[in-house]
Amino acid sequence: MAITPPPQRIWWKEPIAKVELSWIIIAFIWGLIMFFMMIYWHGAGEQNLSNEAYRITPERFAEKAQAMIDEHTVREENHFPVVHPPAGSDVYLIARLWQWWPILELEKDQTYRLHLSSLDWMHGFSLQPVNINVQVHPGYEMVVTIKPDQAGEYGIVCNEYCGIGHHMMVGKIYVIE
Amino acid sequence: MSKTTEFRICPTTGLKVDLAAEKLIKANAVVAVVFLAIGGLFGLLVALTRWPAVHFLPADWFYLALTAHGFDVLLVWIIFFEMAVLYFASAVLLGSRLAGPKWAWTGFALMLIGAVVTNVVVLQGQSSVMFTSYVPMRAEPGFYLGIILFAVGALIGCFVFFGTLVVAKQERTYEGSVPLVTFGAITAAIIAVFTIASGAIILIPTLLWSVGLVSHIDPLVYKTIWWAMGHSSQQINVSAHVAVWYAIAAMVLGARPISEKVSRMAFLMYILFLQLASAHHMLVEPGFSSEWKIFNTSYAMYLAVLGSMIHGMTVPGSIEAAQRARGLTKGLFEWLRKAPWGNPAFAGMFMSLVFFGFIGGISGVVMGTEQINLIMHNTLYVPGHFHGTVVAGTTLAFMAITYLLVPLIFRRELMFQRLARWQPYLFGIGVAGISVFMMGAGTLGVSRRHWDMTFADAQLPFDYPSAAFLMMGLNGIFAILAALGGILFIVVVVGSVFFGRKLGIDEKPPYPEIPPAAAAVAEHGSAGTLKIPGTAMLVGIFFVAFVLYYFVNWKYLSEVWPLS
Repeated sequence: MAITPPPQRIWWKEPIAKVELSWIIIAFIWGLIMFFMMIYWHGAGEQNLSNEAYRITPERFAEKAQAMIDEHTVREENHFPVVHPPAGSDVYLIARLWQWWPILELEKDQTYRLHLSSLDWMHGFSLQPVNINVQVHPGYEMVVTIKPDQAGEYGIVCNEYCGIGHHMMVGKIYVIE
Repeated sequence: MSKTTEFRICPTTGLKVDLAAEKLIKANAVVAVVFLAIGGLFGLLVALTRWPAVHFLPADWFYLALTAHGFDVLLVWIIFFEMAVLYFASAVLLGSRLAGPKWAWTGFALMLIGAVVTNVVVLQGQSSVMFTSYVPMRAEPGFYLGIILFAVGALIGCFVFFGTLVVAKQERTYEGSVPLVTFGAITAAIIAVFTIASGAIILIPTLLWSVGLVSHIDPLVYKTIWWAMGHSSQQINVSAHVAVWYAIAAMVLGARPISEKVSRMAFLMYILFLQLASAHHMLVEPGFSSEWKIFNTSYAMYLAVLGSMIHGMTVPGSIEAAQRARGLTKGLFEWLRKAPWGNPAFAGMFMSLVFFGFIGGISGVVMGTEQINLIMHNTLYVPGHFHGTVVAGTTLAFMAITYLLVPLIFRRELMFQRLARWQPYLFGIGVAGISVFMMGAGTLGVSRRHWDMTFADAQLPFDYPSAAFLMMGLNGIFAILAALGGILFIVVVVGSVFFGRKLGIDEKPPYPEIPPAAAAVAEHGSAGTLKIPGTAMLVGIFFVAFVLYYFVNWKYLSEVWPLS
């Protein structure tokens, strides 16, 4: 039994039953398939998270974001600037207690280099209802190339706990035709 | 040694039990159950708050309760119980004296003090930083100090366990190799040492930072090392509860591992590869390469998953072989139909096995896939997954073996036997529901650790789909079921331990039924005689479910915005 020492002292020489061996082989091959699937998707898939990231201070990131906001704000909504950056450009999204700043207005089927960083604690960029989720750290600037493929109004929820106002931290992205 | 060690012989199993070890097992198990009750209550409050129609707690209390829930059940309940398992698997199963009982009591005291300190600090309200306490969010120093004390105590317990193995070997208390269950416990203890070392590396500087002696802790470094502790501690649980599965199958059914070699290899894979899983938490962080993510998140080509898939066959396979040897050979599933479903130890163990595989296991692998993590990270899918592994898997397995510990170690007759019979079903189904509905809400985007899914106080409006609200309502209902199951467990176990009839020195407990060791089924393991078609069928169903669910999620991923 499993609670007593093995009855055969030389247990490592006992043969393995066929049904067990077959399962081990199947499970091992399945593991390989799952492993190579991730590599395959880097070539064939369209959803791969970028590895581009830089160290940055909160002040510097805020400056860069502000420059974009100053240049491309098209209107205001609920005291948030709505920024319409040119297609293909670098866009900045600030995460801070407890806002995603500013509101972005993007064009459908255009690519943008989205820069994400936090000015204080850790936050979670959760784009809804698309359900794309990326962690946002203070001190690190992550650059993700995105291509919105459907027009509409999207919410950005914070999904990393960031204190008592966490559940009020909602941002917005518009995608227009 | 000041005095000679005293033993008693267990009338049921014939095992030689060191009385000092027995006392420690009792103390650790009792404290574990107390913290399960506290942590479980916090969990119920959390679930009731996330039920939109109830929305029970105010925001500050919700985040406080969630912090306490994670700490008390994920860490305190489970590690205390694991200490009991370690002492049982070493001293009791090897028929040896426990090495350094005084050290073991010191470890116990440190763990208890640590657990109380952290709980008190959390309840004071200034440390609602979640179990993960990601910097630069700062908790009170006592929060980290309590966890460190707790970990040091657990480390001492691990070394008492290792010491006992040495004593048993030197004093030749057993023949040949250690039992498989002890081997599983060794796996758990080795992983525990790695886990606690990682915890020390990151929490000690964080403690110094919280009192102002260290100026800066990098959040990315913190998170990476913290999860070398956080995820690895879950691998302690996996090793321990798989060992418990084998132990229950052996004690209740006389099941013998199909192959010692295969089962031990599977445990060995845990030691070698499970630690890489820290990467599961880093898949959408800045600054890691895809190569690093792919290698680590897959435990080096899924070799630790392979270990679990092997146990997933060998545990039910050994049960089937034992049942067939008893003559339950009709069709594919007579052995399973006529299994002792009225025995809470068996029922809990088998449900733990099924839920851990189908719910916790499959979802974990899918979510840990580098790209698929993008559509799940930090949504409620994550707690859905780990309630499938840690609650439906580990906690249910630990509850199940408690039904054997009460008569065998505490020497008390189990009270409320009818309630005990129902308990694993109530708790198991409740937890399975919690897991599935949280995973459902997560695929609809609902954030974890979030007080208000209606965003009523937010500056900008946003609405989750109405199906998500339905999921959270169902989650609340199943949380109540699970809580009832948890309360039953506490009532039965605490009642029996303190008020149950004491069993006589040579008296065998009437319930749950534990056949004498002699009932162990005859040899199997040779390729010619082993027939486990029912298990092969179950494993086949599992495999199909796994493959389908895996590729369905790739399909979901392919539908979101292209990004690179």
